[in-house]
Amino acid sequence: MSLTVLQPGILSLLQDSGRRGRHRIGLTNGGPLDGEAFYYCNRLLGNAEGTTVIEVSFGGLQLQARVDTFICVTGARMPLRINGATRSLWEVHPVAAGDTVSLDFAAQGCRAYLGVADGFTIEPSFGSTATVMRENIGGLRGDKLHAGDELPCATVTNRRRYYLPADRQPHYQNTVTVRVIPGYQQHHFSRLQQRRFFSHAYTVSDRCDRMGYRLEGPAIACDIDGILSEGICFGAIQVPADGQPIVLLNDRQTIGGYPKIGSALSLDAAHLAQLAPGGTVHFAPISPHGAHNALHLARSFARRQPLLERRA
Amino acid sequence: MELHCAGEDAIMLYLGDEASPEVSARVQAAAAAVERALGDDLVDLVPSYASVLIIYDALHTDHLSVAHRTREALQALAAHATSEGREVVLPVYYDPEVGEDLAALAERASLSIEEVIRLHSATEYRVYAIGFAPGFAYLGQVDERIAAPRLATPRQKVPRGAVAIADRQTAVYPAVSPGGWNLIGRCPVRMFDPDAEPTMPVSVGDRVRFEAVSRERFLELGGELA
Repeated sequence: MSLTVLQPGILSLLQDSGRRGRHRIGLTNGGPLDGEAFYYCNRLLGNAEGTTVIEVSFGGLQLQARVDTFICVTGARMPLRINGATRSLWEVHPVAAGDTVSLDFAAQGCRAYLGVADGFTIEPSFGSTATVMRENIGGLRGDKLHAGDELPCATVTNRRRYYLPADRQPHYQNTVTVRVIPGYQQHHFSRLQQRRFFSHAYTVSDRCDRMGYRLEGPAIACDIDGILSEGICFGAIQVPADGQPIVLLNDRQTIGGYPKIGSALSLDAAHLAQLAPGGTVHFAPISPHGAHNALHLARSFARRQPLLERRA
Repeated sequence: MELHCAGEDAIMLYLGDEASPEVSARVQAAAAAVERALGDDLVDLVPSYASVLIIYDALHTDHLSVAHRTREALQALAAHATSEGREVVLPVYYDPEVGEDLAALAERASLSIEEVIRLHSATEYRVYAIGFAPGFAYLGQVDERIAAPRLATPRQKVPRGAVAIADRQTAVYPAVSPGGWNLIGRCPVRMFDPDAEPTMPVSVGDRVRFEAVSRERFLELGGELA
């Protein structure tokens, strides 16, 4: 019992909430780039938090059901069709064995999450099913989805058809403000350089992927070329010699020696990862205390968000 | 000792400002103490040359509490607490057949190939950090006489098990990957095996010695020449 991949699209990856506690052997986190859309995908389906779904970047995924179940797609606005008929995102839909499910290319945002009731049954590696292609770990064979792949999942005949009303769904715009906890390596950046960083718009370059988003804009000068290699946390903003900041994301290397101007708030990094090349980024400082409050607020908000139910 | 807020769920702990066996030993002792002090609030830990990145569960605790508990744990440690680490011996087949840069490195250092091998295998190294790729362990310090800069043009494909030098560091490549380090030999022991327990023969803080072995012994131990 499974869904079969007919067309994998540009980049479709099995992801759960990511690998934890394995940095000491050099393994990165992996996991969904947009934690918010990932969370709602599982919540709408009535799945446990962190259940394995497919992260579809840019679009082009086509599946065929070999099982009766329910699916839900959240995140970037990729037109969803079941047997050719358009269906809403952020809503649970029944599919029957033989049905085809397709996601077109995104009109807004670039990462969508396609989940099934009770999730895909994938053997975890190092405690997680998250696919990290650079490490060749997780998912199926440590690789992205290919045509012909079978994604095992259970038969589910009864599931409440929840949806998130349109006015409560996130909008993926072409401009994102990323809140940044100013870094402990700030003293390597003069006040003028810090002001430049926080007062100018940056553009997402072509070099943006699951490791990190390289931005283009006014170069930030730093008084050192590098530091003794040290651990890199999620969201760290490195400034290499060319002065163009890189926001490090889920598949980043675990250690590195570039100076860092600060660290992005994960809630905003999720929206950053919805930007395609050419998107605009502004940075705004936030205190560690403010960041802590923002995390709690977002968490509590998402959990209390009322879901509506579609009656057949 | 210095503590800094590094991100919404991360604190950076510095224990020195240079790569040395002494600092590395302090890093190891501090990492173990932090692990004990934070318990379930600890999500991950990245010990490196002179620092430990502490990643905590930001929905269950906060940076002030983590910093406080870390400080207390480190103060409770004896002032010169260090960790000796384990000793790990890794066999190496040193030969131009598998060490494409061995001859050039010897020539550059005005040493014979035998002397390069002797110097590389006479030093006891510390595992300073693990990163770059799964299982990639940075070992230091290489004897100054055989330290060598990275290649101007990195290789597209360095084989698994390649033993290599870059500046005063040495490493065994855990998997086939691109790389710019100088190749001097090949180790038959897998540095990263997802199916093995433990996954890696070394951890940060361990002491590593290389032992020169013959081509026959290398093959017996499961080494691959391709």
